[in-house]
Amino acid sequence: MIPLSRKPGERVLKQPRASVWAKKMSEVKRHKHMYVMIAPYFTIFLIFTVLPVFLSLTVSFTNFNMLEFPDWVGWQNYARLFIRDDIFLLAVKNTIYFAAITGPISYVVCFVLAWVINELSPKVRAVATLVFYAPVLSGNAFIVWTLLFSGDSYGYINAFLLKFRLIAEPILWLKDPQYIMTIIIIVQLWLSLGTSFLAFIAGLQSMDKTLFEAGAIDGIRNRWQELWFITLPSMRPQLMFGAVIQITSSFAVAEVATTLAGFPSVQYAGHTIVTHLMDYGNIRFEMGYASSIATVLFGIMLGSNLLVQKLLKKVGD
Amino acid sequence: MSAAAKLLRGNKINRSRAGDLLLFLFLAALGYFMALPLVFVISNAFKPINEILQFPPKFLVRNPSLNNFTDLYNLMSGTWVPFTRYMFNTFFIAFIGTAGHVIIASLAAYPLAKRKFPGVSVLFTVVVLSLMFSGTVTQVTNYMTMSWFGMIDTYWAVIIPAIGSSLGLYLMKQFMEQIPDALLEAAQIDGCSEYRIFWRIVMPVVKPAWLTLIIFSFQGLWGAGGAAGSMYIYSEQLKTIDYALGQILAGGIIRTGPSMAATLLMISVPIIIFVITQSNVLQTMSTSGMKD
Repeated sequence: MIPLSRKPGERVLKQPRASVWAKKMSEVKRHKHMYVMIAPYFTIFLIFTVLPVFLSLTVSFTNFNMLEFPDWVGWQNYARLFIRDDIFLLAVKNTIYFAAITGPISYVVCFVLAWVINELSPKVRAVATLVFYAPVLSGNAFIVWTLLFSGDSYGYINAFLLKFRLIAEPILWLKDPQYIMTIIIIVQLWLSLGTSFLAFIAGLQSMDKTLFEAGAIDGIRNRWQELWFITLPSMRPQLMFGAVIQITSSFAVAEVATTLAGFPSVQYAGHTIVTHLMDYGNIRFEMGYASSIATVLFGIMLGSNLLVQKLLKKVGD
Repeated sequence: MSAAAKLLRGNKINRSRAGDLLLFLFLAALGYFMALPLVFVISNAFKPINEILQFPPKFLVRNPSLNNFTDLYNLMSGTWVPFTRYMFNTFFIAFIGTAGHVIIASLAAYPLAKRKFPGVSVLFTVVVLSLMFSGTVTQVTNYMTMSWFGMIDTYWAVIIPAIGSSLGLYLMKQFMEQIPDALLEAAQIDGCSEYRIFWRIVMPVVKPAWLTLIIFSFQGLWGAGGAAGSMYIYSEQLKTIDYALGQILAGGIIRTGPSMAATLLMISVPIIIFVITQSNVLQTMSTSGMKD
């Protein structure tokens, strides 16, 4: 017979004086089917997600070009990154600037939009969800932005501005360091209503309707109070999940930057930590140095996520 | 009653008309911004050549024609690698990757959600932590691992990491936690093995969840030719439509029509899948929250 899983507090027959280790082993044996079931996923997960993190940490202390055996150089890569590599520092500045703008904006917009959409009737809601989620669904259709922001007078933005005589001659949007970052931010915001947006809509739809009625009786007068006192506190789990997704993606920006502004972009105006990483990892094959860039990025992502999680736990407390 | 108020009928308590209007305007403005590039794709895909070259350019198509689609077809039949090969590559990567991910992630999610055994909480914590950093962090060392396994320049370099993506496992686990224990216990008492419980009871119940996983995974792999593909796949005959599309687009303004036609074909597949499964997706996402 297959053993039933044990409830908390339920007693199991146990041998007297069995060591902790032996108990663990018998527990493992009892659940061997479970390990078989999780094995395929976790094998891949460990090899392609967990192992690379540790490998990256290790390789970041070496000089490695994929051909010769790596030699240990200690903190040298990190020293070079932070002291001698001006372009890296520019990339860090760009990335943080970028994340500080797109992260919070996209997070708030995701929530507000989900909240507004939730007020619509079901049919309209389905259409609105599709309209707002379509950019993410359409993969790299964001290349159409290169046509909209095209530098000649055929570019739609230029044509529009020329028509209304707001500019005298076409602007090279994607070649002018002055505009590159702003355009990347706009396009990234366009793309940012993704997983967390869906999570918010779904979270709102599954909320307990009686809470609102009770709130109305208890003197909640308008939708804004309802939002603050009822909706936000009960959405906490989704808010935490959304924050993780939004933070992670706003630090990882690269594809949009390279597609729109080219690689490398003019005067490195659209250079981010990830594009710097691609430069050393995929083009120059300086794996040690690239790994130290990756490790720094890993630290930034994980650190800001844990920090925001801590802050969000205070919502509604 | 204003049109906005009519549209925004929800639960009627605590709603002011001014607020309705304000939110409606916000929604309309943002919706316009979001839809603009997609309208652009659709409109340009049907523009005849004289309208594309017209100056100043008009945003919307005047005399729609299907010329761009036939041009695209002719352009593609002249390439060194036949277009059907790019299509096969895209479909192969998207289908195998999605199927593998759904099966393997569900298989792993069931024990994590419903069974207590040594190591389960550690494993799940690692999965949650991995949501907190992007795959780009590991791409350099992944390249090294893949070259040791001889996976570089094969489909598997794109497919296998996608199978082990953590978002899918996370969502699946959250959803499976909602399955009542009594259902599983009843099956156990009837003598079902764990595998049978998983396949016959759990999987049918979590249909909305695997439809969601299909959306996310398919959507990621469908466009994978661009980012992951160009990094790990070099051979022309293994590249995806996405890459071919980039090549047409690089042809400049004269190629705008065919490339918009190709873009329209590319984006319609994931959008159609989403429209079909939308309600199921939202059902899954409602359980996605992180509890402290």
